[in-house]
Amino acid sequence: MSKKDEMNFNNEYKYGFITDSKSVKQTKRGLSEAIVREISAIKQEPEWMLNIRVDALKAFYAIENPSWGPDLTGIDFNDIIYYIKPSDRVEKDWENVPQEIKDTFAKLGIPEAEQKYLSGVTTQFESEAVYHSTIQELSDLGVIFLDTDSALKEHPEIFKKYFTKAVSYKDNKYAALNTAVWSGGSFIYVPKGVKIDKPLQSYFRINSERMGQFERTLIIVDEEASLNYVEGCTAPIYSNNSLHAAVVEIYVGEKAKCRYSTIQNWSTNIINLVTKRAVVEAYGHMEWIDGNIGSGLNMKYPSCILKGDYAKGTTITIAFAGKNQYQDTGAKMIHLGKYTTSKIVSKSIATRGGKVNYRGIVSQGKNAYGSKAKIECDTILVDRESASDTIPTNIVKNFRGQIEHEATVSKVSDDELFYLMSRGLNEDEAKEMIIMGFIEPFARELPMEYAVELNQLIKLEMAGSIG
Amino acid sequence: MTLEIKDLFVSIEDNIILQGLNLKVKGGEVHAIMGPNGTGKSTLAQICMGHPSYKIISGDILLDGESIIDKSVDERSRLGIFLAMQNPIEVPGVTNFDFIKAAMQTRMKKDEHLRVGKFILKFEKASEDLKMGQGLAHRFLNQGFSGGEKKRNEILQMKMLNPRFAFLDEIDSGLDVDALKLVGENVTALKSPDLGLILITHYQRLLDYIIPDYVHIMINGKIVMTGKDELIKKIDQDGYDWVKKELGIEEEDKKPYSLGTCPSKH
Repeated sequence: MSKKDEMNFNNEYKYGFITDSKSVKQTKRGLSEAIVREISAIKQEPEWMLNIRVDALKAFYAIENPSWGPDLTGIDFNDIIYYIKPSDRVEKDWENVPQEIKDTFAKLGIPEAEQKYLSGVTTQFESEAVYHSTIQELSDLGVIFLDTDSALKEHPEIFKKYFTKAVSYKDNKYAALNTAVWSGGSFIYVPKGVKIDKPLQSYFRINSERMGQFERTLIIVDEEASLNYVEGCTAPIYSNNSLHAAVVEIYVGEKAKCRYSTIQNWSTNIINLVTKRAVVEAYGHMEWIDGNIGSGLNMKYPSCILKGDYAKGTTITIAFAGKNQYQDTGAKMIHLGKYTTSKIVSKSIATRGGKVNYRGIVSQGKNAYGSKAKIECDTILVDRESASDTIPTNIVKNFRGQIEHEATVSKVSDDELFYLMSRGLNEDEAKEMIIMGFIEPFARELPMEYAVELNQLIKLEMAGSIG
Repeated sequence: MTLEIKDLFVSIEDNIILQGLNLKVKGGEVHAIMGPNGTGKSTLAQICMGHPSYKIISGDILLDGESIIDKSVDERSRLGIFLAMQNPIEVPGVTNFDFIKAAMQTRMKKDEHLRVGKFILKFEKASEDLKMGQGLAHRFLNQGFSGGEKKRNEILQMKMLNPRFAFLDEIDSGLDVDALKLVGENVTALKSPDLGLILITHYQRLLDYIIPDYVHIMINGKIVMTGKDELIKKIDQDGYDWVKKELGIEEEDKKPYSLGTCPSKH
């Protein structure tokens, strides 16, 4: 390795730092029914939740890894700590947050971000939320914005009604695992007719070696309500593999609207296996804005089950695969109701030998009469070492359904570079500009601050390709 | 201030395109390079800018006496070479404004910052001069531009970047009479002792608006004749065949066997 390479490697993770933190409680390394019971006991959960956890663990043992896609056989489930509790109580305001945690967030620039754009914050540190603020105007509207553990305690009826209804623990191995050991995450309930104008934001972060994170997010947007939720994360570098298996369940009521935006940027030693699914009732609209920049292996296919008539689903996704990265991402649209519509826009970038796949399903059921779906997949390969596949599955089971699928794969061409360079940009700046332009349809959907952060992250990743 | 091309031989893949080309351009001069299709006029412009597809076999390109053939495309740009391209590339997602701003930033010294207010005023003035319309700044670079808009956008970039030597490669193609006049006026307005212009064109039309000091005829990869206004008129009337006859040049026979031709665009 040349000196230049070494330097670049060190620069690769700007946010790769670890702040020393003392955990109050944690389980032993490994997974068993006893561990699951211990987690539930520490959290003083109701019995029904304990029962679901135990059943989910049985499902986890029974379900095999997916027969398709990247190889997951290397994950050692017994080498993971499933629960770490960083502090005994959930902080109500910023003053009480421990200083070292504040330092970590300061390095990430979160407090400044808060001033301008945050109208509510859940900063998840290790397994549980330690900081939580909900601004007064939201609670006045009857909006509940809590970490998931507190929500279970404070609003058990709503919780029980929706928990595991969009994502059953029998859905896949990692949804089962999450349901058995889940901890933390966000819970949002927006009551009927309440429209929240400002985006709600929450940052997540893993900060303990060999610790998996299993957040569980549950969002309910009731009839004619609307929510724009933004979740983002950056993570430090670790020497050992770390598994992240989150579940996000969203329920979009009749004529309601929900947008869920996220930029995932785990460090490249993290395996990220996330199940995200929304159930959309009649005339409802779900939008997933899903960015995947980090993690070594990432499998994520945000889904919409368009249950009610005229329900609408939109997924706009980008995946960036650099050195040692494998992004297997996409979207699913399951049309059940009549005249349901969906749109998927997928933008993939591979550079420095990265691998990026689009994998998606669009299915229109027997009763999804008159449904329409549109899929656009564009991939750009920055160099010859990088690779990409597009793996779409399109199914129409009725006579009046429509699916349009467009896919392009392009390379950054000599002529494009020549044009930009002839105006003074060097090769890296020119490549960066082409990539930025390529992801613009995604970036423009993000709140400004997030778009800026995304641009910085991509620039950082692109800068790694120098030399 | 000179740009000098010395006995230049250039190939692409296995074809030798330039075969011993010589040209010297000084600040303040306007040179027109004319010639039939496929004689290497665009190659000359591209190789001076440093296009990676072309290979220099021998010869040199000197800017103020120093060779630039080992310099990268962007270095040449920052040294003051500019090429208004025949087919400007479309870059979706990048606004014209951001692109030109980034290009101007590359010209700043390390601690220097682009003064955005000044830049905006200059940009607006340039787009007004070229009748580019209001939305130009926020349109994506060349995307969805008409042929004429793309050409005008090249001139706009030239105005913004203040090059020392500019090649305009068939800037007249795709322009109607009014647009041609506009581009001609704008380019003429840029004339100064600090700018050497090299116009590449098939037709005399453009040269009605930008008056050249020298007219060169290029055939088979080299300049075979140099003159002034009278040469333009003669070419306009008689084409290039008389040049070949006069100089005894055999054009390399690359044309296919053809039974009839399409109506000429000449």
